[in-house]
Amino acid sequence: MKRVYMDNSATTPVKQEVLDTMLPYFTEHYGNASSIHSFGQEAKKTLEASRKIIADTLNTSSDTIYFTGGGSEADNWALKGVMKANAQKGKHLITSTIEHHGILHTCKALEKEGYEVTYLEVDSDGLIDLKELEQAIRPDTVMISIMYINNEIGTMQPIKEIGQIARKHKVIFHTDAVQAYGNVGIDVEALQVDLLSISAHKIYGPKGIGALYIRKGIRIQNLIEGGAQERRRRAGTENIPGIVGFAKAAELAHDNLEAHVAKLIEMRDRLAKGILEAIDYSKYNGHPTQRHPGNVNICFEFIEGEALLLSLNAKGISGSSGSACTSGSLDPSHVLMAIGLPHEIAHGSLRLSVGDFNTIEEVDYVIESLVEIVHKLRMMSPLYDKVKGGK
Amino acid sequence: MYTDKVMDHFMNPRNVGEIENADGVGEVGNVKCGDIMRIYLKVNNDVIEDVKFKTFGCGSAIAASSVATELIMGMTIEEALKLTNKQVIEALGGLPPVKVHCSVLAEQALKAAIYDYATKNNLTYAGLEGYDPSEADDDHHDVVDIDF
Repeated sequence: MKRVYMDNSATTPVKQEVLDTMLPYFTEHYGNASSIHSFGQEAKKTLEASRKIIADTLNTSSDTIYFTGGGSEADNWALKGVMKANAQKGKHLITSTIEHHGILHTCKALEKEGYEVTYLEVDSDGLIDLKELEQAIRPDTVMISIMYINNEIGTMQPIKEIGQIARKHKVIFHTDAVQAYGNVGIDVEALQVDLLSISAHKIYGPKGIGALYIRKGIRIQNLIEGGAQERRRRAGTENIPGIVGFAKAAELAHDNLEAHVAKLIEMRDRLAKGILEAIDYSKYNGHPTQRHPGNVNICFEFIEGEALLLSLNAKGISGSSGSACTSGSLDPSHVLMAIGLPHEIAHGSLRLSVGDFNTIEEVDYVIESLVEIVHKLRMMSPLYDKVKGGK
Repeated sequence: MYTDKVMDHFMNPRNVGEIENADGVGEVGNVKCGDIMRIYLKVNNDVIEDVKFKTFGCGSAIAASSVATELIMGMTIEEALKLTNKQVIEALGGLPPVKVHCSVLAEQALKAAIYDYATKNNLTYAGLEGYDPSEADDDHHDVVDIDF
C-alpha cells in the first residue's frame, strides 16, 4: 500500500546527505573528543566544526552553543538551570499555557521546589497578549519562556517583541524553538533571545541530539554533572555522529530555507483549503497566517480524533490528533483547550504536518481520503444525525 | 495497539444505523468524555430481533458497539441483560487498559435500551433490578483495571 507521511512535526526522516555525513563517524572516526590521541583530536575537530555550523545558522558565535540529548533536555536545562542559578534575584517565572510538555512539566517540577510560575493565556488564534506579559513581570521575575512555534496548532509568537520586553525589564528570555528552527530564519541577536532550544530530528537530522543556545553572561546551573565536556556545562561523551548529522541537517535547512518554506506553504494551504471547502462543520485551528509553514490543524465536528487517525492509517496516511483517546487521559490536548475549543470539538482534531518529502499528489490524496473517512464516521455518529435532523 | 478483531469491527462495523419505530432506544456517555453510544432494539416475543447502533468515539468505542450488537442479536431480553463488558472485551480479543471503559459503555448502552423497552411496555426483568439510568452515564471511565 502507498504510504503518506504527514506527521513531520512529530519527527522527520533523516535526509540521505545527512546520513552519509554521519556514517563514517560510527566506524572510522569513532574517537572520544576528550582523548589526546589522533582519533580523539579528529573527533574534537569535527565537534567544533559542527558547533560553528549551528552557531552560524543562528547568527551567533560557537561558544554559545551547547549540545544536549534533544529538545526536552534543552528545555529542562534552560528552566531549571537559570531559575536555580538566579534564585537570589527571585523565584518567579513566566510562561504560557500552550507550551510543550518539556516546558510545562519542568515548570510543575519547579513549583514543587518553591518556584512560582505565571501561565499566560492565549487568544483563540493561540497568541499571547504582550500587554499581559509586561504586566506579569515583577521585581522577582527571573525568566520568561515562550515557545517560538506551537507544535500542535502551528501558531508563531511575536518573539522579537517578547525579546524587547524582556530586555527592557532585564528579565532572561528563553524560547523553545524546536518547531521553528529550520522553518523560519532565526537570528538570536535581532530577536534578543537569551536561551533557545533546538532539536535535530525535526529538521531531517537524527533523533537524540539537540542544543541549547546560551547567551554569554547568562548565569545557569548544570543539569547533567560529570566530565568536562561542553566547557564543563554538560557532561557526557559527545554524540559525534549525532552532532555531525545535526550540523549537516542545520546547514541544509539554512541554505534551502526560502525554497523549503515556499514549498511547504503551497502544500499546507492547498491541504487546508481543500479540506475546509470539501467538509462542512470543520474548523481551522491556530493563527490563519502567522503559523508554521507545514502545519494544518483542523477539528471535524461530531467525530473523534483517534477513529480518524485509525481510518487514515488504514489508507496509509499518518497524522496525529489532540483527542483524549490518543493521549491516554480524559481531556483533549491542553493547547486546544487553551484556545477555547469545547471538549467535544477538541476531541475531533487532526494535525497534518507536511515536509520536504511530501508532494502535491499526496496532498490531494489526503483530501480525497479525508472526505470519505469523515463522511463514514459521521454516518455512524449519533451527534451528526441530531444536526442533520434539525436542518 | 489494537487486536485484529478490534480493527475489523472498527473498519467494518456490524449493525450501524437506526431502527425506525424501535421498541427500545438507549444512549449513554457524553460529548465531554468524547464518547456517546446509542443502541436501537427491535423486540419480538421477548427476543431481540434486530439491533443497530450509532457511536461517537474512538476506534475501540465503535468496535465495542459493533461486537456488542453482534453478541446480543437473537438473544432473549434476560440473556442480553447478562452481557458484561468482559464478554465484549473477550469477543474483541482484548482491549488496552485505557480502553476498557469503551466496553463498559457498550454494556450500559444496551441496558439503557432494554430499560427503555421495559418502561414503554410496563415489563419487569430481574436483570434490571436496581438499575437507574441517570447513574449510568458518567462512571464508565472509572472502570479501567480488568486483567487480560
